[in-house]
Amino acid sequence: MLLITCPICGPRPEIEFRNMGEAHIARPTPEGTSDDDMAAFLYLRSNPKGLIAERWRHVHGCARFFNAVRHTVTDKFVTVYEVGAPKPDLAALAADLAADLAAREAGR
Amino acid sequence: MSQTFRRPEGGRIKRNKPVAFRFDGRALTGYEGDTLASALLANGVHLVGRSFKYHRPRGILTAGAEEPNALVTVSRDAARSTPNLRATQVEIYEGMTAESQNRWPSLAFDASAVNDLLSPIFVSGFYYKTFMWPAKFWTSVYEPRIRAAAGLGKAPELPDPDRYQSRFAHCDVLVIGAGPAGLAAALAAMESGARVILCDEQAEMGGSLLSDPDVTIEGQSGRQWSTDVIMALALSDRVTCLTRTTAFGYFADNFVALAERITDHMATPPASSPRERLWQVRAKQVVIATGALERPLVFPENDRPGILFADAARTYLNRYGVMAGRKTVVATACDSAYLAALDLHRAGVEVPAILDIRREGGALTAAARAAGIRVETGATVTGTRGRLRVASVEFGHVQADGSVRHDAVLPCDSLLMSGGWTPTLHMFSQSRGKLRYEEVTGRYLPGRSAEHERSAGACNGTMALGAVLDEGYAAGENAARAAGLATRGTKTFAVAGATTPDGQVLGALPHDRNPGRVKAFVDFQHDVTAKDIKLAVREGFRSIEHVKRYTTTGMATDQGKTSNMNALAIAAGALDKPIPAVGLTTFRMPYTPTTFGIFANTSRGDLFDPVRRTSTHDWAAAAGAEFENVGMWKRAWYFPRQGESMHAAVDRECRTVRAAVGIFDASTLGKIEVVGPDAAEFMHRIYVNPFLKLEVGRCRYGIMCRDDGFVYDDGVVGRIAADRFHVTTTTGGAPRVLSHMEDYLQTEWTDLKVWLTSTTEQWAVIAVQGPKAREAIAPLIEGIDLSKAAMPHMSVRMGTILGVPCRLFRMSFTGELGFEINVPAAYGKAIWEAVHARVVALGGCPYGTEAMHVLRAEKGYIIVGQDTDGTVTPDEAGVGWAVGKSKPDFVGKRGLARADLLKPGRTQLVGLATVDPKVVLEEGAQITPDADPAPRTHAIGHVTSAYHSAVLGRSIALAMVERGRSRLGETLHVPMPGGAIAVTVVDPVFYDKEGGRLDP
Ligand SMILES: [Zn+2]
Repeated sequence: MLLITCPICGPRPEIEFRNMGEAHIARPTPEGTSDDDMAAFLYLRSNPKGLIAERWRHVHGCARFFNAVRHTVTDKFVTVYEVGAPKPDLAALAADLAADLAAREAGR
Repeated sequence: MSQTFRRPEGGRIKRNKPVAFRFDGRALTGYEGDTLASALLANGVHLVGRSFKYHRPRGILTAGAEEPNALVTVSRDAARSTPNLRATQVEIYEGMTAESQNRWPSLAFDASAVNDLLSPIFVSGFYYKTFMWPAKFWTSVYEPRIRAAAGLGKAPELPDPDRYQSRFAHCDVLVIGAGPAGLAAALAAMESGARVILCDEQAEMGGSLLSDPDVTIEGQSGRQWSTDVIMALALSDRVTCLTRTTAFGYFADNFVALAERITDHMATPPASSPRERLWQVRAKQVVIATGALERPLVFPENDRPGILFADAARTYLNRYGVMAGRKTVVATACDSAYLAALDLHRAGVEVPAILDIRREGGALTAAARAAGIRVETGATVTGTRGRLRVASVEFGHVQADGSVRHDAVLPCDSLLMSGGWTPTLHMFSQSRGKLRYEEVTGRYLPGRSAEHERSAGACNGTMALGAVLDEGYAAGENAARAAGLATRGTKTFAVAGATTPDGQVLGALPHDRNPGRVKAFVDFQHDVTAKDIKLAVREGFRSIEHVKRYTTTGMATDQGKTSNMNALAIAAGALDKPIPAVGLTTFRMPYTPTTFGIFANTSRGDLFDPVRRTSTHDWAAAAGAEFENVGMWKRAWYFPRQGESMHAAVDRECRTVRAAVGIFDASTLGKIEVVGPDAAEFMHRIYVNPFLKLEVGRCRYGIMCRDDGFVYDDGVVGRIAADRFHVTTTTGGAPRVLSHMEDYLQTEWTDLKVWLTSTTEQWAVIAVQGPKAREAIAPLIEGIDLSKAAMPHMSVRMGTILGVPCRLFRMSFTGELGFEINVPAAYGKAIWEAVHARVVALGGCPYGTEAMHVLRAEKGYIIVGQDTDGTVTPDEAGVGWAVGKSKPDFVGKRGLARADLLKPGRTQLVGLATVDPKVVLEEGAQITPDADPAPRTHAIGHVTSAYHSAVLGRSIALAMVERGRSRLGETLHVPMPGGAIAVTVVDPVFYDKEGGRLDP
């Protein structure tokens, strides 16, 4: 069971949280949004193999929403941040992870 | 004959405590400290089971968790019967009853053993190939017979009467396994001041030290050293020592599940004790010290009773004082088997020969010869004989060209084998660590970690005892340091008398027999032979995962603990590929079979799910109410009088509400208090309705959509103050509606100053509905003018009822004059009783959820989730009037404007009147234009609600039908198994269309 770090409460077990889908998907205004853009907002998600920025909610704790970057293969949380903070540079985070992995391989 | 294979002294059993037990009805004795396997062997019993497929006689093969053959059912009574236990792990107790499995009628004569003679047809994929035709025979004939014949014991049919417990634990260092490496690791961690949990699956800690008489550690015997360390650990208040505790699952972020068996070894378990305890441990750091498992040699007929692993025989001798036989041949590729041979020889067992497959022999070859034991090097077993137990061994020497020249037959009553050792990687692999293959030693070992753990000792490939202890201590020190503790550094242990078990062989051994006719077993539990694996490769299976599924090797309850490496080597050989190129199958939890009881734990019966009861629950139960489950709630369904059917009760309740007055517990409705300076703006945005101009003291029926424009929930909202709303939701929708509101509040409209609080459990809600509703409550209410002018329909007032503060809503879900009295839940029952007395005095009665459903359907009021299904817009549900069209934005506004939602042909809520008024439609039934629609024509809608209406004297139904509102008067059909039912499309409001009864 994952240990997830709530930005407010600290590390807590996974069962206290709920995944709320991909983060940084802006809600369109009613005016000037095409049907295609609306469909993309409602239904299209990136579903990457690798790092993804997600919305989480500490529903059985402080009940706050926050954002997190998680690796979809290992399930590891790379970082958590508050709602409204800019989206982290996922490519840079992935490069850091790869470098860390290489260093550990070399250290064996 | 009693324990004739027990030595007069030695072992760790309690000889002053004899234990009587029964095996297959036979009365036997052993001693306290015996496993069932050691006690059976002490009595000369090797034959303990029949094999899975061929029903071949099988004996005890190992002395531990890896046992594939000796599976037994242990029963205390009809309900307490546990199948598939490994006799090598079962501790005997006075009066124990154990039964062998998979044999009929008896172990010695098994009628299905004919399968062995038919074995040429039982090849890989046999079931897939043979039982293909005719298809219907599979379920009616083949499967039941195969299942009956291939039984792995029977689960009891009675409920499990035992209790199971669960405990969460946190520690700095969890040490899995209490052999030499684990003990040293726990010692180091303890000395660093770490909080330690040390667990071991056996009854006694010490691991291999318990069965090794020769070694000394720090000048003491290995056994004494381990005893002292265990004592020191047990006395520390920072260390939790758990025996009989299997670490069976390793989950993300160092979350490890342990199964502690508390009473299974007791003759009379105390009633106060749970049978097992699940430990859910979150460890900062983990030391894996799970040791290694010996492997069998794959030679022809390697599966007869009396053939067992060499180290197992040594364990039985040294730990239990039991000889596996009196005349024991040893076949090996590894030095450790020499230790068994030497110990047995010293104990007076005749050892006719050691057959060492290695051409040069091993480190102890000279020592064995010096002790007078014949050692044949470059020699291998080519076959065995004996019906229910091995009686002789054929052997030959491997020639330079790889062929085998037969040499001699050695009579014997037991045969030990050792193919070398497989590190136990299950925990490491479950933690998602990456395995690496060590070419030189032909072993998989822990590679890159995914979690905060390290492996130490034999599971890490370290086999020499001194190195094992040093590595264990270093691992414990390293773990404590990583957990943030100050440590004293590493330590070196002085060890003497230890032999490193070097040498191994992988795969099938050569022999001089007809390869098509011999069976050399790889997977003993699933009866998979070397031949089967080669056949799978010949038939085109390349991946080891496919070979595994086709042959079923490694798929038995032992998960191939003793067989996977040999199977892999044979497959690799047949594919002419190196082992790592073929790959290793996945290690899955649980490490050993784990009871369902420990998983279900306390979540059974009443504790399976929380039960929510309203404050009037006990009153309703006493009044004879039948209850229905709505989510976790128990709701009063109807209140039958003496001898009254449900139908009659519901009819009476409905008529009473319409004619006089009814009282209904609506407490389960979700309630959310929306408070703050921006509360009205928030409501205005989250609901489709306009809310800014709702006056204080007035109510509005609110519809909530998601951004896709589909109805999400509904409920009446009252404005309590300029900055305060009392929101109600559907019973099932309360949590998700609050989450939905919080989502927009926290992530979308962070500019709004609003606070949301769930008040569902805080308010008891008593609905009083009917023409006499006002009369019923008037004498009880203080501070509120109930008159029509002062308190119109859809208003809310604050006052008191019998002195208790209340929020009084004037609203209706029945179409009658109605009130809903909200009082603090603690007063719910008292107020209910007072109002109920008034209602009854006026000729009214309580009504339940069934009558509530009928009454609302008569009025065409929808229930979100019943009449809508997540693809219905407000307009389609008949409540389009609620949408505030002039609002610049609300949740769902843009979604509702999507072209697809504006297309004609979407479904709309309508009423259906069956042509035959007595017929009540089935909810969910499909609706078609034709009575007998052609195949593959699609339905144009479905029935969402259907009831018998007593007041109308006929059935009524609501339905979602394509272009439904344009079809009023049309005849449609509801095809059912008994023939289509003709219906007329009507307005969904069946009763009081003008609404005069709402506001008399
Ligand atoms: Zn939190």
